[in-house]
Amino acid sequence: MAALESAQKLKAKFGALLSEPSEFRGEISLTLADAEQIFEVCSFAKHHAGFDYLVDITSIDNYGADPRWTLVYHLRSVKNNEELRISTSVSEEKSELPSVLGVWRTVNWHEREIYDMMGIRFAGHPDLRRILMWEGYPYFPLRKDFPLAGKPTDLPGVAFTQPAPLEGGPFVTAPGPDAISREPRVRTPEN
Amino acid sequence: MQTKSEFGYNSKIEGDVVLTTVDAALNWFRANSVWPMPMGLACCAIELMAVGASRFDISRFGSEVMRFSPRQADCMIVAGTVTYKMAAVLKRVYDQMPEPKWVIAMGACASTGGMYRSYAVLQGVDNIVPVDIYISGCPPRPEAVLDALIKIQKKISTQPVISKMNIVNQLTASATS
Repeated sequence: MAALESAQKLKAKFGALLSEPSEFRGEISLTLADAEQIFEVCSFAKHHAGFDYLVDITSIDNYGADPRWTLVYHLRSVKNNEELRISTSVSEEKSELPSVLGVWRTVNWHEREIYDMMGIRFAGHPDLRRILMWEGYPYFPLRKDFPLAGKPTDLPGVAFTQPAPLEGGPFVTAPGPDAISREPRVRTPEN
Repeated sequence: MQTKSEFGYNSKIEGDVVLTTVDAALNWFRANSVWPMPMGLACCAIELMAVGASRFDISRFGSEVMRFSPRQADCMIVAGTVTYKMAAVLKRVYDQMPEPKWVIAMGACASTGGMYRSYAVLQGVDNIVPVDIYISGCPPRPEAVLDALIKIQKKISTQPVISKMNIVNQLTASATS
């Protein structure tokens, strides 16, 4: 298991900062305790563990829980053919962590997308602008407390938005033990 | 020989003379040379390309001249999902088209937002520009686009040109005096 060895290598370097590697369906994940160290961990992973490619960065909104944000870095080693996940958490009050643009240049647009959709800032990013929504849009639409239909905005000369008609929706599914509880239903952040 | 048309021509009777009204003649020119502005934004644009290609051949109706400059276009075909980010651009493109101009909302997304009931999508392009013809479908068949074009041509051929110009001239004269 080459990915496990690489994960152990990172664990040996950073010690208590990283959790024990956990395995799920043959994929290895690490949890980083301090988001401020993400640059050092990623830099080591690239230069000493062979993870030369960043597949993606994803962000999770744990609405109602603390810390609110979880960021997951999906690393890949093209030459060793292995993958590794590093996740780290950021509190809502901070909503900021270091950019890893100095490690992989592909990060530029991934971090801009997370900023655009979730409102998490990346310290040291040279061009942290919105990438999908337009400049001046006031909300972060992938947050759990943002309604799917949208909120009305009116920015004269820039753009306007209106809530979309949802006919009672949005109908969303939620994890549950049986098919009845997983059935798509109207769910708002409140219930 | 055509019997129903306003601009029928019978060489045996009329020789080199054609009788018609200026309105009818101008509308005939306009209706048969509608230059489309292909506002291709999503999968409807693929069907729009099919309309332009040889099998369906929009040039049979005089509209093969897809113009990518709005200044040379008569009819904007909004083919696809209009996001709010694109809405400002679309309005600006429409504003740059010279009068007279027409708009076809092609497909469910352009007409109503379609299945995209979301924060990012404009719920119908008629929120920002006046639409003449809506085409249903997701995406519509090329025949439906041709049908819309024929309906636009019918609409054009009933619109007054000279009398409208007279009214505009009178209004501007009374406004300035």
